[in-house]
Amino acid sequence: MTALLSVRDLSKRFRGLAAVSNVGFDVAEGDIFAIIGPNGAGKTTLFNMIAGAMPCDGGTITFAGERIDGLRSDQAAQRGIGRTFQVVKPFPALTVEDNVVIGALLRTTSVNEARGIASEVLTQLDLIARKDQVASSLTLPDRKRLEVARALATRPKLLLLDEVMAGLRPTETDRIVAILRDLNRAGLTILLIEHVMRAVTALASRILVLHHGAKIAEGTPDAVLRDPAVIESYLGAEAL
Amino acid sequence: MTNIWHNAGARGKLLCLLLLAVLVATPLAADRYLLSVLILVFYFAYLGQAWNLLMGFAGQLSLGHALYLGLGAYTATALWTLFGIGPWLGVFIAIPVAAAAGMFVGWLGWRFAIEGVYFALLTIAFAEFTRIGFDHLQVTGASAGLFLSVNSPGSDKWWNLGGGPLLYYYLALILAAGATFLVAYLRQSPLGYRWLAVREDPEAARAVGIDIFRARMIAMLFSASMTAVGGVFYGFYYRNLFPSQVFDIGRSIELILAPIIGGLGTIFGPVVGALILTPLGESLTALMEALGINAPGVKLIFYGLMLMVIISLRPDGVWPWLARRLGLSGARK
Repeated sequence: MTALLSVRDLSKRFRGLAAVSNVGFDVAEGDIFAIIGPNGAGKTTLFNMIAGAMPCDGGTITFAGERIDGLRSDQAAQRGIGRTFQVVKPFPALTVEDNVVIGALLRTTSVNEARGIASEVLTQLDLIARKDQVASSLTLPDRKRLEVARALATRPKLLLLDEVMAGLRPTETDRIVAILRDLNRAGLTILLIEHVMRAVTALASRILVLHHGAKIAEGTPDAVLRDPAVIESYLGAEAL
Repeated sequence: MTNIWHNAGARGKLLCLLLLAVLVATPLAADRYLLSVLILVFYFAYLGQAWNLLMGFAGQLSLGHALYLGLGAYTATALWTLFGIGPWLGVFIAIPVAAAAGMFVGWLGWRFAIEGVYFALLTIAFAEFTRIGFDHLQVTGASAGLFLSVNSPGSDKWWNLGGGPLLYYYLALILAAGATFLVAYLRQSPLGYRWLAVREDPEAARAVGIDIFRARMIAMLFSASMTAVGGVFYGFYYRNLFPSQVFDIGRSIELILAPIIGGLGTIFGPVVGALILTPLGESLTALMEALGINAPGVKLIFYGLMLMVIISLRPDGVWPWLARRLGLSGARK
């Protein structure tokens, strides 16, 4: 098994607080890999380091055989890491189409070609009917899908999804789950942070549990969700 | 191929070409005074385009564009008076001088994360330093000013940017129309999309692979270079330069009014803004003269009031509203 993404001993401190300490894991090509854990466990920090949005204090990140720790986020994106933001960040005054065209322009210098890619991705994500709408006028579920669409338009090898299901109704969650499954089947590797267990169990082939910045479990969903340490620290009352 | 008419529609194209045709034909019917007002309209439309590129598209507020205007004006004028190098050649030296200054200001600001209002302060500071520097620069006449003689041989020839109002009229028209087409082209290019992304959300722009420092620097390069060309025009049209006037913050403010009133980040905003503001300002001056009232600064107070009225009534500017009224789609941000 070759790992598309391999993280070793990754650490990040905010003053005295160890937000992430010595975390390591591998994401194989074609996997859907989920990171779960309580609020403040360091999930988003870990994500930001992989995406280059935040420098790490120690450890290494290797992506497609190349060290990417220390790169800026635009350099990480150029190498094939697409991401969404937990608090959605559309380009608010631009249309849905233009939002996605900007993503697509990472891989082409032709605006017409970018528009073609955008309409493909928007169709895939059920947003094509909204393409001329200004992004700031979208509902939250639509904005979440727009985040995914913009990231997908960059033609990533690895897609990082930061809580794309949070705040969605179960039917909307199922819709995104179905879309992500299709994308994964088409060869996209996905790394997701998620609180909605319904989505995690439906999607993930591997799960990593983070607690107080440290890894407390990793494995297949079945094994991880039965792990007593995980039940105690994270699933808690929910599982009992 | 980038299509600048992408958002325009047939009506937009027609109106655009019609306006251009009317303006080309205007000198046939207009008197000198009207021509001089129109020259100012084109001049402010042109500078408005240059500034709007940086602010309206790339989202970076500069309140010190007088720096590039002044450097352009002084470079070309000094080359002519000191070395006899004409403005058609001098402009190619004026552009890199102003562009280098712009790149330096941009580099200093964006490399060290001086953003927003602080970046604006930085741009003011550089225009001010430069003003003080030129106040003491003997070779360009220091604070006593630099003058272009009207009598020296060849100074009335078009190749030295001398001559009657017709020359300046058509030159200013070409500059304004050219800048508008350039901006329309850039808006539809990959670069234009990157600028919009950087303006809308720098962090999200980075996440789709945009090097935001580079995108901002390129916007500055275009904006400062275009402003420098406006400066060359200014120098040869007014034929006298004083540091306290050219580099003054009032200059920087005056050139941002048209795009703000017309509509930030729109292609026709600067043109519409200049078409509204300049004739009104000039009429006011004429009215005050006719009434025999000597009130310096009344025009600035008027501009201030206009700005307040427009911002409270049409915060997006006049053009997006006007375009909707005219049934055009080209006003999209």
